[in-house]
Amino acid sequence: MVKIHERKFVSVDPEKCVGCQVCEYACSFSKEKAFNPLKSRIRVVRVNQIANMAVTCRLCEEPACVAACPRDALTQDEQTGAITLDKDKCNGCGWCIEACDYGAMMLHPETKVVYVCDLCKEKGEPQCIKWCPEEALTLVTSDTLAQKARIGAIKKLFQESKKESKQ
Amino acid sequence: MLGYAERILHVDLATGKTRVEKLGEGTAKKYIGGIGLGMNLWLANSKPGVNPLSPENPLVLAVGPVSATMFPTGGNGHAFISKSPATNGVGEAVSHGTFGAEIKRAGYDAIVLTGKSERPVYLWIDDDSVQLLDAEHLWGKSPSETEDAIKDELGDYYVRVASIGLAGENQSKIACILNEKTRAAGRTGLGAVMGSKNLKAIAVRGTNDIVVAKPDEFMDMVKEFHERMKGPAAQKYRTLGTPENIMIQNALYCMPTRNYTNAHFENAEKVSGEVLNERFIAKIIACNSCAMRCEHEAVIREGPYKGTMARMEYDNLWALGPNCGIDKLDAIIKASELCNYYGLDAQSTGVTVSFVMDCYEQGMLSQDQLDGIDARFGNADALLQLIEKIGKREGIGETLADGVKIAAEKIGKDAEKLAQHIKGLEVTGYDMRCLKTAALGFAVSFRGADHSRSGAYTVDFLGKVDRLKAEKGRGKLVKDQEDVYALIDSLIVCKNAKGTFNSELAEMAKLYSLVTGAEVTPEELKAAGERINTLAKLINIREGLSRKDDTLPWKVMNQPIPEDGPVKGAVVTQEELDLLLDDYYDARGWTLKGVPTKAKLQELGLEEFSGIVEGKEE
Repeated sequence: MVKIHERKFVSVDPEKCVGCQVCEYACSFSKEKAFNPLKSRIRVVRVNQIANMAVTCRLCEEPACVAACPRDALTQDEQTGAITLDKDKCNGCGWCIEACDYGAMMLHPETKVVYVCDLCKEKGEPQCIKWCPEEALTLVTSDTLAQKARIGAIKKLFQESKKESKQ
Repeated sequence: MLGYAERILHVDLATGKTRVEKLGEGTAKKYIGGIGLGMNLWLANSKPGVNPLSPENPLVLAVGPVSATMFPTGGNGHAFISKSPATNGVGEAVSHGTFGAEIKRAGYDAIVLTGKSERPVYLWIDDDSVQLLDAEHLWGKSPSETEDAIKDELGDYYVRVASIGLAGENQSKIACILNEKTRAAGRTGLGAVMGSKNLKAIAVRGTNDIVVAKPDEFMDMVKEFHERMKGPAAQKYRTLGTPENIMIQNALYCMPTRNYTNAHFENAEKVSGEVLNERFIAKIIACNSCAMRCEHEAVIREGPYKGTMARMEYDNLWALGPNCGIDKLDAIIKASELCNYYGLDAQSTGVTVSFVMDCYEQGMLSQDQLDGIDARFGNADALLQLIEKIGKREGIGETLADGVKIAAEKIGKDAEKLAQHIKGLEVTGYDMRCLKTAALGFAVSFRGADHSRSGAYTVDFLGKVDRLKAEKGRGKLVKDQEDVYALIDSLIVCKNAKGTFNSELAEMAKLYSLVTGAEVTPEELKAAGERINTLAKLINIREGLSRKDDTLPWKVMNQPIPEDGPVKGAVVTQEELDLLLDDYYDARGWTLKGVPTKAKLQELGLEEFSGIVEGKEE
């Protein structure tokens, strides 16, 4: 089993995300040869005008979707941590959709089986990341996310203390 | 033909009956989509002289061949077309966001709404399923509240909604149609047309795939535009946005101030794009498919207007700010939010308020007549109070809710001289007295006073011509720009992204060909742009407009710019206007009366409409 700190997934920086849905188009075009947000593995939510964020699979440790599947159609790839589907086993019951806290599992409108981000393994890199015009999407591990947060917090702290010392 | 759904939906609001008509390839190629296709459909479904607020006036909603594709800015526009209650000529307004893409995915190029519902309804389009649902409970709500309520009751977050507010319900002739809370199909009063039909909102969800004819080349083109949008061509929109114009235009003395009393605002620094961005812009967001996000969201975090949120552009900032002599940014943002709340075109509303302030200062309206409002220029409280009155059609608001032309008629005296409008549509923030190419563009704009039918101000700004001079040659400049702008609004792509095209016609032709698979040359596309402008003119002629309506507001022609500075004394005389109009009509191949000749109609494939010009050419 891949170590949790090595598992890479697509992360969205809400500060940078502008809600343009380019990722949805890039995903559906890459996967389905059509522009259709409904068939995208990443979806954009605009809660209000200033709260925009794209959401996709986070490759959880002990993923709820896998646990929820009564037909053992879902497994987590040991190498990458990506969720894989056995299409023959899936009957579209939707338990995994209910189980996922992030809305990353979706039922395909035509094949009627579930689908989820697979990090574009056949292309070598996630196409949403490649196309995002704001560079809001990155392939990260939980460790790099924590590092980023840490550095951001410290920088802010020092900026503020600099300001205070000037006053 | 790809790029088109090849389907036009007709909805009779009186009976609830719907039918789908096939969009033929010939019509599609001829009128492209958006405003072009919309005007063609309007003409085909209306009778001459129709009352704009009667059930017989169709309201057309149209998207374009590029809609719902990944082309940046191309995916997201939609256009409303009808007869304008403000101008009694052709009315059209384009908006962006995600609503247009959804219409296309639902499988329609255009929707023709006719008749009038007995009771308030909203139209719910769920792919092939089209229903009129009760909107009694939504009546009186703001567009934003309406959108939330509809999403809730349909139980689907991804439903997209365009709706009217109280102003549209009250058939105010400056009412707009808003989608996604902050985006407006603002101009020409089409919110009133929607209100006259008892149609509160249009909600849509589309699930169909959109494919293009040549995907690989298309994606290369998308990539290329993404790169350009990260570069200097979109720099302005990605940083300060259009509010940057405040300081630029103020320096050029072409920012109408206090209802065209001045051309320069002494307190411009207080309302500049720079200050706005530093103090209030919380986030810049993007429309569907766009890689150059430009929508500047202002949030007020403290003070009397705490919690206010509005989208700020030069246009609403100018209209509600310097144009009213107001230098309080937070109040201007609040005023913008109020316009969205009531569903009012912020541009026309600002000019209506500045008109009232002018009348008040000139003694044509007293404080008593204004329900006790002290409508001095610069009084931010008066601005907010007047917008409330207009939004509700309450007190003095009844006089003002239909814009300055009608307000001036009601007030009488010399009020018309202070009414800054052309053809009944209020002006926008470009001082025509010292931008003479723009003046021509405004005068001939088929929808009335507006900069965005030709963008002719750009040649004046850039110093490509002497902006104070009226001379031959400007007609062709305006015509060429108008043709490109008509294409932008028909494809539909975004005017803010105009600078990302290296060669507009050539690249638009390439885009059209890659999407549809139908090869079109830049020349053919240019002809389509000319055809669309000519069609708009034909509508105006059919509805009774003529050369006398291609004119300028009284102040532009009679009250020279007073400030010491580079443009002191500038004004547009009748002789200058006539010279410019003659030159423009000549460039268009129209007669001196501004009527397209039959030969011209023949050339553009518009001969079916030659009855409209019969006997009017000379």
